[in-house]
Amino acid sequence: MSMITITIDGQKIETQEGEFILNAARANSIFIPAICYLTRCSPTLACRICLVEADGKQVYACNAKAKAGMEITTSTDTIEQERRSIMEVYDVNHPLQCGVCDQSGECELQNYTLELGVDSQSYAIKDVERAAIDWGHIHYDPGLCIVCERCVTVCKDMIGDTSLKTVPRGSDPLDASYKESMPKDAYAMWNKLNKSVIGLTSGEAMLDCTSCGECAAVCPVGALVDTEFMYKSNAWELRQIPATCGHCSAGCQISYDVKHESIENSREKIYRVMNEWNYVSLCGAGRYGFDYENRDVNKDEAAFTKALEAFQKADTIRFTSTITNEEAFMLQRLKEERGYRLINHEARTFQNFLREYSAISGTALYGSDLKETHDANFVVSVGTALKSDNPNARYAFNNSMKMNKGAGLYFHPVPDPVIEGLGKNVMSINHAPLQEEVVLYLILDLFADKEQLPEAITTYLERFHGTKTVTVTETIKEEVVESVAKIVVDEESGEEKEIVEEVKKTVSKKVEKEVEVQSNALLEMLGAPENFNDALSKYLKKADTFSLIIGPDCYTHPNAKNIARLCALIEKYSAFKLVMIPTLTNTLGVSLICDLDEEAGSYAIGYNAPGDFTLSALGEGDLDMPALNQQEGTLTSINKRVNPTNAALDYEGYELNDLCNALGLESELTVDYTQRLPIEKGFQAQKFDDLPNHYTNEGVEVRGYLLENRGVKTDNDERVDAINTDLALKEGSIVYLVNPVRQFTAFTNKTEQLHTDGGLYMSETYLNESDFNEGDTVTVSTSLGELTVTIISDNKIDGAIACLPTFDNNINSEALFSAYRFTSASIKKV
Amino acid sequence: MSMEQFQDRNVGKQNYFTVDIEDYPVTGMDKFRRVAKRTFRGELFVGLWVVLREMFKFDIHTVQYPKEKLPIGPRYRAIHQMQRLWESGTERCIGCGLCEKICISDCIRMDTRIDENSRKEVTEYSINLGRCIFCGYCAEVCPELAIVHGGEYENASEQRAHFTLYEDMLTPVDEAISGKQKEFPGFGAITPYEDERVKKTPLAY
Ligand code: SF4
Ligand code: SF4
Ligand code: SF4
Ligand code: SF4
Ligand code: SF4
Ligand code: FES
Repeated sequence: MSMITITIDGQKIETQEGEFILNAARANSIFIPAICYLTRCSPTLACRICLVEADGKQVYACNAKAKAGMEITTSTDTIEQERRSIMEVYDVNHPLQCGVCDQSGECELQNYTLELGVDSQSYAIKDVERAAIDWGHIHYDPGLCIVCERCVTVCKDMIGDTSLKTVPRGSDPLDASYKESMPKDAYAMWNKLNKSVIGLTSGEAMLDCTSCGECAAVCPVGALVDTEFMYKSNAWELRQIPATCGHCSAGCQISYDVKHESIENSREKIYRVMNEWNYVSLCGAGRYGFDYENRDVNKDEAAFTKALEAFQKADTIRFTSTITNEEAFMLQRLKEERGYRLINHEARTFQNFLREYSAISGTALYGSDLKETHDANFVVSVGTALKSDNPNARYAFNNSMKMNKGAGLYFHPVPDPVIEGLGKNVMSINHAPLQEEVVLYLILDLFADKEQLPEAITTYLERFHGTKTVTVTETIKEEVVESVAKIVVDEESGEEKEIVEEVKKTVSKKVEKEVEVQSNALLEMLGAPENFNDALSKYLKKADTFSLIIGPDCYTHPNAKNIARLCALIEKYSAFKLVMIPTLTNTLGVSLICDLDEEAGSYAIGYNAPGDFTLSALGEGDLDMPALNQQEGTLTSINKRVNPTNAALDYEGYELNDLCNALGLESELTVDYTQRLPIEKGFQAQKFDDLPNHYTNEGVEVRGYLLENRGVKTDNDERVDAINTDLALKEGSIVYLVNPVRQFTAFTNKTEQLHTDGGLYMSETYLNESDFNEGDTVTVSTSLGELTVTIISDNKIDGAIACLPTFDNNINSEALFSAYRFTSASIKKV
Repeated sequence: MSMEQFQDRNVGKQNYFTVDIEDYPVTGMDKFRRVAKRTFRGELFVGLWVVLREMFKFDIHTVQYPKEKLPIGPRYRAIHQMQRLWESGTERCIGCGLCEKICISDCIRMDTRIDENSRKEVTEYSINLGRCIFCGYCAEVCPELAIVHGGEYENASEQRAHFTLYEDMLTPVDEAISGKQKEFPGFGAITPYEDERVKKTPLAY
């Protein structure tokens, strides 16, 4: 796409050819009123207020594309009349309840009504009964709804649940005289609005979705609100703390909205989480899991002294990746100074994977990010339960299906109704566990440039090709002659008589035929559906930008090393851009900063992890630590961005930096380490206070900085191992280690709105086909251990694989797994 | 967005700053000089003269406060009152927060919640009278004619921060129902002739 120049209200601006006029204007700080448009989603033309004149013709700025030399006027008399009438229509029968409305102060209806100076009303219609409904975590008040359809749009185009739709309002038709008397667009807009309100796509009573809350966030009025937040605080009382969500590796930009708890208690509390929904979409964990702070902590000197003693004794520090880069750096410094072993298996697995990948790719990091997935039109996901592991990767996957008319392949053993529901162009291939290697070979086979690919691999891939005879049913047309009896009236005599006539007819007939077709043994190994090849060639017709998402199942795979090398080959020899999902919040940062060890020593300090002496931000350990919403520092995201986060809440206790200072490292503040993060790993020597954290009007992410993807020496050895066909899980039930949506760690589970008991998650199909029932207590045992859990029915998974979570500290699921996320187990009722 | 506020790490602690004040005399001589200057400048006698003059005129208007109190005009802005609706006695305040928003001295706080009938309920409301400057903005902005200034002006206190709570300000229910609640024509009341000025919204019924 090329840059062009257009003129808006006399101002010359540069923009991409084909960019919507509205976006071009916004990027250049030119204001055009617009209500229904959401950046990154498709224009719905519900509000029509964005009318502008382009080269003398009235167009909608949100869906008219900029062409070179276009002259645009944002306001003419007719347009002003339209806009005024549109706002009047929105105000028809709108309850005068700003006084108690949760949106008041940040309501677009309030703003535009004032902006356009609507001080009188010219239209009227009888109202219909529109009672408020509680849809679970979301509260809908149709009385306030202006049917802009933003909620519907975001749920479909961005999130992918498609849980909302417009339903009939049951209102009288508009008074006929309005058709003549009203401005044209205002009338058309009202005519549509008058016919609908918002409803659920399935069921009536409860929203059955992945509960991200994005619909309520984008709602311009108070029609959709978070049930928990209702009437708790007015918008202007809340102070916004720019931060980065600490629950997963997407590292979404959020703002914690804080205020004193009550008149009695002036301690600050987080009331809600907000986001720049035009540019970043949150999941339910980020949105509702905000109150995980370590409360009421004071400087406990006795515990601190004990901690120092423990550090003297210890030879190992065990930790998780839900820490900041600065903390990871402190641990690394402690290792360098005092020789501790650093144990973090999950980060180490990722680190090893990256290292193997680098050996072929020649770069320290994968080449792509989720932004490129959003922009791609063919996306493949391998080895990740996308919606649970990184919700933003799922949004990117969905967004590319919806906005770029893309297609996608989802390779995963656990069938996922959410992914399958993303669209007709998504195929889910539910291969057996341990077959991720085969998937990557298949991708190489289908997409790599065979000319360039090392010959050994090409020949190896050839082996899987063959022909096979299949029986196909064909419909053929056949001509038949039939005799039909007819009654005709004899013209002369007037008598009726029967004659027999012969007619020719073509009928379609189904015949079975044996044909010889190309076969691909890889597809059979994966149990790909019969129509795979046909579907794929259909998908690929328009595909020109490719994105591959690799997830944690690959890092923990027994042949992870080979998989990593295959990933590098795919990136190198095909059009695929590669992005890897770091397992936890800051796995990427930790794996870059820390030298991790394999074997623990005899006495371990646990930081948010088990140990002989534990430091815990959950408040369960021997010494309290601040949680991520009480800390400032940086987190490294999947997009290879080092994002700053600020402390939303006070913390009075000791933090890791205090311990480090007592142990001989010297630094006044934790964030003094930000500028010392290792440059040789791609970090920059930037001061924490210099790191920005916002989006521009253009939608450019101005947050922290991007890691430099540094080159790595390779030995030009591109050999990969053949598929290990012996790999298979032992007989028995299969259990997968994954969290349900909205849960990631004990931190999400600590929060008021997300707190729940974990269990063994089974799909409805599983429950129907087995004699297990929801609520049964069962023991799950593998060669490594045994666990007693309760069965929970989960309609967001399908198939016959049960899932165990990691978010519930009462269920030590990880003990049952060696490393790989699937295991065979025996499940027995107690 | 500006990140300056987050770069100040003394969060929760006071940010004191010093003001420019002329230096205090330090030496004994300087102190003596100041006393002498103040004593013999003669201002004292100006005041004394006024008192003496009025005394001889026998025209004394002193109100014997606190034994005597002057009546307070209806538009006087003293300690706030919270009004109720006539007849039903329901609290007028809907918790819209406008008073809290407009208050220049930032001395109003309120707690609200959703009640059993899904309505917004004000559970507590407080004004820090030590900070209030009795400007009347809160009464003026209130869309419900709920908060008004009453005539109670005696609010001396031993502490700088002292609070009045919702129940202190609310008109007792029986007073509201029996029609004894005072309405104030002044601050916060609807301006006269509003009926003629209002633009009517068409209705389709
Ligand atoms: S939606 Fe907006 S205009 Fe409507 S009552 Fe709420 S704040 Fe007022
Ligand atoms: S609920 Fe909100 S976002 Fe959805 S159509 Fe109504 S006003 Fe628009
Ligand atoms: S949990 Fe992940 S996807 Fe969800 S809001 Fe946080 S960073 Fe974003
Ligand atoms: S009178 Fe003025 S200062 Fe006092 S509470 Fe009202 S608005 Fe605030
Ligand atoms: S402005 Fe009036 S109605 Fe609103 S909160 Fe204040 S006192 Fe209550
Ligand atoms: S913003 Fe363009 S039609 Fe609504």
